[in-house]
Amino acid sequence: MSKYLAVVAVGIIMGVTARLHMLRVDYRQYPSYPQGYLIHLSLGLIAAFLGAVAVPALISKEYTAVTFLALAAQQFREIRDMERKSLENIEDTELVPRGSAYIEDIAKAFESRNYLAILTALFSSLVLQLSDNIPAAILTGIAAIIVLSMMTRRKKIKDIAVIRPAKIRFENSLLCVENIMVMNVGYPDSRKIIEEQGLAVMIEPKDDNARATLSSIGQRQAIVHDAASLLGVKRDVTDVDFMPLARLDIETGRVGVIIVPMERDIESLIEAVKRVPVLESSRRKPLESFAGKQAED
Amino acid sequence: MDNIGIKEAILAVITLNEHQPASGVPVFYAKDERERDKIALYLSKILSAMVHDLENGTYIIVRH
Repeated sequence: MSKYLAVVAVGIIMGVTARLHMLRVDYRQYPSYPQGYLIHLSLGLIAAFLGAVAVPALISKEYTAVTFLALAAQQFREIRDMERKSLENIEDTELVPRGSAYIEDIAKAFESRNYLAILTALFSSLVLQLSDNIPAAILTGIAAIIVLSMMTRRKKIKDIAVIRPAKIRFENSLLCVENIMVMNVGYPDSRKIIEEQGLAVMIEPKDDNARATLSSIGQRQAIVHDAASLLGVKRDVTDVDFMPLARLDIETGRVGVIIVPMERDIESLIEAVKRVPVLESSRRKPLESFAGKQAED
Repeated sequence: MDNIGIKEAILAVITLNEHQPASGVPVFYAKDERERDKIALYLSKILSAMVHDLENGTYIIVRH
């Protein structure tokens, strides 16, 4: 067993490093509770262990041990469930809900990150087993982390759209962001507050793919949630008037976002919206299809 | 059905129009605009709902 000790140890270390790296990247989606960190690091450790022992198991002809990888995949599906459930449970307590599409996306990311830990551990232990060279194994691990995290990196809103400040105006009681009607605000004092303290941005899609993506309700809810969680939102449970909203201009596909933030800073709002991830479940690519391409012009 | 669907409901009507009949939905009659705005504010806070202006002297309180 001791001859495999180095192989397994390096595999585990690289796998856990991979998981740690992805936890660090996670500043926004992750509530960053110490318990959450512990849960995901422990699961990452288990994932890394499974990846690291696969190669020694194969070499000592313990083929059944490899089938545990399949079992592991099953287990890590549970992580997705766990994340989804816990985010759904706190959804009611959020002033601005994430929306189910965003939750699904976050849950998916957490599952995939454990596979990242498995694969990193597997590659680095394989290299160590074949070459007997620890630095090479570590380098492989780092390369695996970089390549895999690049592969799983999601696009951001700034990649698919142009974001610019927009004007808020009222047509009597109708709140509008430029030409997009957002809602009817009946209470006069609320109208005053929105006019004085509200901020609005316009998201203009770069092409028809982006337009289809932005029209997804889930994507828009994610934008609103992120903007509200980064800038704060001036509302409590009973202040329905100040719910941040993202509404679509059906003619052009532009999206107008309106928010009454705690910190009234348009630059930060634009930056926050730019960095919202494009949700996998909302991503549409009509232009890739023949029919979509035909319909473009 | 979390993100889509009809869940709006008119909870109350506040009006300056005394000929507005009461039917199904509670109707509050106000004597002037100030009283109407005040009732609207109270009701929206009590019901956690939003005030909408129909611009004919009538406000409705809607839960979203």
